[in-house]
Formats: sequence, structure tokens, C-alpha cells
Amino acid sequence: ASAPLYDVVVSGGGMVGSAMAAVLGYDIHFHDKKIALLEAGPRKEYDHVPDSYSNRVSSISPGSATLLSSFGAWDHICSLRLKPFRRMQVWDACSEAMIVFEKDDLDDMGYIVENDVIMAALTKQLDAVADRVEVFYQSRAVSCTRPLPSLSCGTSPWVQIELADGRRLQTKLLVGADGHNSVVRKEAEITNIEHRYDQSAVVATLHLSEATDNNVAWQRFLPTGPIALLPLSDTASSLVWSTSHEHAAELLAMDEESFVDSINSAFWSNINHSEFIDGAGAVFRSLISLLQPAGTAARQLPPSVARVDPGSRATFPLGMGHATEYVQHRLALIGDAAHRVHPLAGQGVNLGFGDVACLAHHLSAAAFDGRDLGSLKHLLKFETERQRHNVSLIAATDVLKRLYSTRLPPLVLLRTWGLQATNALPPVKVRISLY
Amino acid sequence: LFRLTVKRVFSTSHSSVDSAEMKKFQRLAHKWWDEEGEYSALHSMNDIRVPFIRDTLLSRTSHYHLGRPLSGVKILDVGCGGGLLCEPLGRLGASVTGIDPLEDNIRTADQHKSFDPVLAKRIQYKSSSLEEMVEESMETFDVIVASEVVEHVADLEMFIKCCSHVLKPEGSLFITTINKTQLSYILGIVVAEKIMGIVPDGTHEWEKFVPPEELERLLESNGFSVKTVAGMLYNPLSGSWSWTESMSINYAVHAVKLGAQGQSSPREGEESSATAG
Repeated sequence: ASAPLYDVVVSGGGMVGSAMAAVLGYDIHFHDKKIALLEAGPRKEYDHVPDSYSNRVSSISPGSATLLSSFGAWDHICSLRLKPFRRMQVWDACSEAMIVFEKDDLDDMGYIVENDVIMAALTKQLDAVADRVEVFYQSRAVSCTRPLPSLSCGTSPWVQIELADGRRLQTKLLVGADGHNSVVRKEAEITNIEHRYDQSAVVATLHLSEATDNNVAWQRFLPTGPIALLPLSDTASSLVWSTSHEHAAELLAMDEESFVDSINSAFWSNINHSEFIDGAGAVFRSLISLLQPAGTAARQLPPSVARVDPGSRATFPLGMGHATEYVQHRLALIGDAAHRVHPLAGQGVNLGFGDVACLAHHLSAAAFDGRDLGSLKHLLKFETERQRHNVSLIAATDVLKRLYSTRLPPLVLLRTWGLQATNALPPVKVRISLY
Repeated sequence: LFRLTVKRVFSTSHSSVDSAEMKKFQRLAHKWWDEEGEYSALHSMNDIRVPFIRDTLLSRTSHYHLGRPLSGVKILDVGCGGGLLCEPLGRLGASVTGIDPLEDNIRTADQHKSFDPVLAKRIQYKSSSLEEMVEESMETFDVIVASEVVEHVADLEMFIKCCSHVLKPEGSLFITTINKTQLSYILGIVVAEKIMGIVPDGTHEWEKFVPPEELERLLESNGFSVKTVAGMLYNPLSGSWSWTESMSINYAVHAVKLGAQGQSSPREGEESSATAG
């Protein structure tokens, strides 16, 4: 008997891959179709939310929230645990410059959600459409052979997938959502432009000195890398500190008190200021207030940290990557398999969810038109739309990372003025936060 | 007695299949499924003709199967070639019979659908002419599609009569074809075939192009009511088709076979506006 044939196989059961399978599973034009999701790890049960917070969190944009609510996952997340934030304050360690992002109507700018909570919601929604979406756990794709586009008769036109345990599947469209080391992308021989930053991110769950509204996301650019405090509740925040590999190792190794001191110092210390920069910054600020009296927003003070959750400290290396092609005949890449960014903009998973929404839109239309789902025609439309959106954001994030990794006065001055100017110009500010 | 008459009329007269036309398509029988090849314009025509058929049929029915909008509909695709139109219609849930006089085309079509078990079940191909279908398939089909075909047939009126015999009362007939105008000669033959190679050279003969007025006349005098006539336009730069006001080159027609009483039922829109007024 030949291997079972699916209409779509999604390889990779992380947040982005699971969302892709779920969106298709709930699509009315896919009611007749067979979808499979391949996840290398075991099935995780999420019966209840643990008391302590997980140290891996994501900043979910309103656009991503809309996608997740389109198939019922957002309701479930809301019933579990999440923290909306109204404001983002971003500032420099080398100057007084600061930029505040917030929506005029005081709407939520975004939500901090633990990755486990997102996965729990996705798993629950997938279970509900199990008759259309088959999830294979402990199933890792080791080889994916795509058919030659030419029409040699007698050979199967479908993608042949072989799993680690020897099982085989066939599919009309293979979606690679298997992360930045994507096997699907490598098998397709798609060139990936990648660059390892000489940085690692340190994450931890922190408890604040005093309870506060805690609806602001804080990020300060240190010369060694940005440090961010993302609100989890009125008394807890999640730490994402991007810094050199050596410093990351030190942070992990030091005792809890020193760790907490380092964090507070990183947020509060003015050691990197220089008189020159401060002076130039002050001049610029008065200039702006002449031109635009309502110019700069009030500076709020970040919370101070009291203690860290034991065992919540972890580190992972950072890098940037972008696939030169997102699609080929019968193949599409989404999420980190297509693009990998620095966490400084908090956009990683949102880009992935944006890919999911776009690809699902095109596949749904294709299904309603009776088209072959693996046809390059609509896959190219997805690629064009997403590359147009992603490339500028990824490039900007990379530039920002490099710009903020220096103490050199000219560059610091440039970014100081730039940050202040951006803060004073409403249209620019709004555009960045809408991403 | 009626059956005997029918048999005589169709078996002795020359079939609507033109053997010279068949030779033209023989050469390219294996090129059907190359989306970027000789038939790329036909592939991209699916982008407008499939939604046209689908939406017209959906507007004439009250039930809808999620994921299979054409479920339960029996369609005959006359001159199906390699099955380019049969497959999307099959994917939408229809039971499709594709006929083509050229055996090589049928072979290509059969082979292409064989890898997809869903399509293999929903689509049947036969090497046959329309006349041969008439004898075994009186009033069997809900829909007949004759796309890019009538400009190749020898006797258009007989072709339409056969369609009528094979179609159920109030069944739909969809035709796409090319108008006979100066513009269609310049763009449809000189540019499309000789200069740009959008259509394989020698495919069309301007003499056989059919003006929409004549097609409408033939349809209406053979028991059909013409519901829609719309112009189609191909953009060679983008390789895509669009609907247009002008019918100078390509156009599509939707006609309905009149019911037993000689009247076709009003379209849903007309009915509701009549009662509202």
C-alpha cells in the first residue's frame, strides 16, 4: 500500500506550526481536507496552570491576538493567564533619551503570555478538530523529497516525507514550521542568510519590590545589549536580557542576590552617561519643545526587582536568519524556519503568526477555487506579501541591535537624537507600535 | 419512435468533431499539465472560469456542503483536453465526466488524476464525441461545460442540440469562446499565436470564431434561455484573466435549458424582487 496522502502536512508543532494546523482545521473551505501536524517531541498535557510562571514568554501583538481568536484559542488563553500592557518605554543607557509607545485611546498595545499557555490553548483547539487534523507526536521528518516540476509520467506528483522511525507520508503541500534549523528548508536546499550574534539572552521570572499596576513593558539599551522587563502580573515580571555570552554565563552562575542587584543596576545606573551627551541631549530636547510643545511624554520610572524565582534562570544563544525563498513548488516556510530575529523588538512569534494568517488566507482561497494546494501561483503571492513585510522589520531590528551596541559618542548622539525625535513625532511612533 | 428518430439524426450526419482540429491537438497531448508551458493561458483561465461556474451554481441552489460546494452536481466537460477544468470542479465536490475525441488527451487526463484518490473517484474520462454521449445519457447531467470548444466544432447548431439532449431540464450550460471580430483576428490570432506564442500556433481559425449574437440566437432557438454573457480579457504581461465589459475577443456565456413547461424558473434575485414590489 502506498503511503497515506494528506492535503497539507505541517512539520513542527511549536506555537507557529500548531497555529497553522489549527487555522486550516477550522477553515470552512478545508472541511473536506486532510491535514497532518508533525511534532518531534512528546505530547504535553496542560491540565492546569502551575502557580509559578514559566520563564519563556512572548509579547503578543493585537494582530496575533486576532488570529488566535479566529479559531477560539484566544478565549482559552484569556481564561488561563495573560498580562496586557498599555505602554512601552524604551531608553538608552548612554543618555537621557527615551521613547514611549502607547496608543492614543489607551487600548492594550500587546499582551505578555507564557509560551506554555499559548501551547495549551492551541492543543485544546486542535483536539477539537481531531477528525480533520491528525497530530503525530514523537514524529520527526528526516527527509522530504519534492517531485520534479516537470511531468515525468508514472512518478508521484506529491511530496514524500520520511519520519525518523521509518514511517512515510505523502502530501500535496508541505509547510515547514520547524524552527531556525529547519530540516524542511535544508532538504529543499533553500539558501539561508544567517548570522550568529555574539549575544545570548538570559531569561528569568522576577518578583517586584512592591505591587504596582505593572502595565508597562520596559526596555533599556545597554552597550552590552538590551535588557527588558515584561509584565506578568502586578507583582511579577519576566526578564529578557540580551548580553555577551560571557556575561550571560556570569549572570546564570551568580547567587540570587547579586543577580537581582545586576538587574536593578542595569535599569537605574547612569554610569554610561557622559556630560557631553547629556548636554547635547538637553539642547535637543529644548529645541523639540519649542517646535512641538507637547513633544516628549512623561518619563515613568521602571519598577525595582526584589527577588528572582529559583530555577527560573536560563540562557539561549541569539542569531538572525532569513531564508532567500519562503516557497517552492509544494513547499512553504513559516515562522523561524523562514526568518529569525533578535528579541529586542519582541516580534519573533508575531512575525510567525503573521505568516500563518497570510498563508491560511491564500490557501483558503485556493481551496474554494478548487486549485491544487501545492501550486506555486498562490504560494508566491504569500511569499511576496510576507517578504515585503518581514524584510524591513528584520533589517530594522538588526540595524537597531548594531546601533545600540556601541558607546562611541557620535553614534550615541545619533541614536539619542533619533530616539528623541521619534518620540516627539506622533506618526512615526504609531507606525512602529502597529507592527 | 422518438428514440429511433434521434438515433438516425445523429448517427448519419457528420459528427461535430472535426478531424483536422484533432490533429492540431494531438501534437501537444502531453503538454497539458505544464503550468508554464503552451497551455499556461488555459491554466490561468481557471482563475475566472471556475469561480464563475461555482458561484453561478451556488446561486441556483439552496443547500451548501461545507468544503464541497458542488457536491451532488453532475457535470459534463465537453472537450476536456487534459482535464484542466475537470480537476478543480472535482475538488469542489462535483461528479465530473470529461469527454474528448482525442485518446491521447484522455490518457493524459486519466494519468494525471490517478494519483489523487479523491479525484480518481469523482472524475471519469471517456474518449468520445458529444453525439456518442447522447444515446446513453439522455437528460443525465446538471451542468455542461464547453470551454474553448465551440470555436473548434464543425456544426455548432448540432452541438447545441446535443447539449440540450444530455442536459436535465433547468440544467446549466457554460460556454467560453472567442468572438469573430477584427480585434479577435489581430489579437487572438496574429498576436497570440504568431507573435507572442500565448496560444500554440495554428490552434484557431478565425473563420470558426463565433460572435456572441449568433451563439445567443442558436441557444435561444434550441430550447435555452441565455442568462449571462460577459467579456473576458487576457493580460499577457501578468498572465492573468479578468472580466471585462467588451466582448470583442473572449467571452463567456451561461444559459439554462428550459423546463418541461418551456419556462425556466426565475433566478433567485428576480423572484424575491418581484414579491417585494
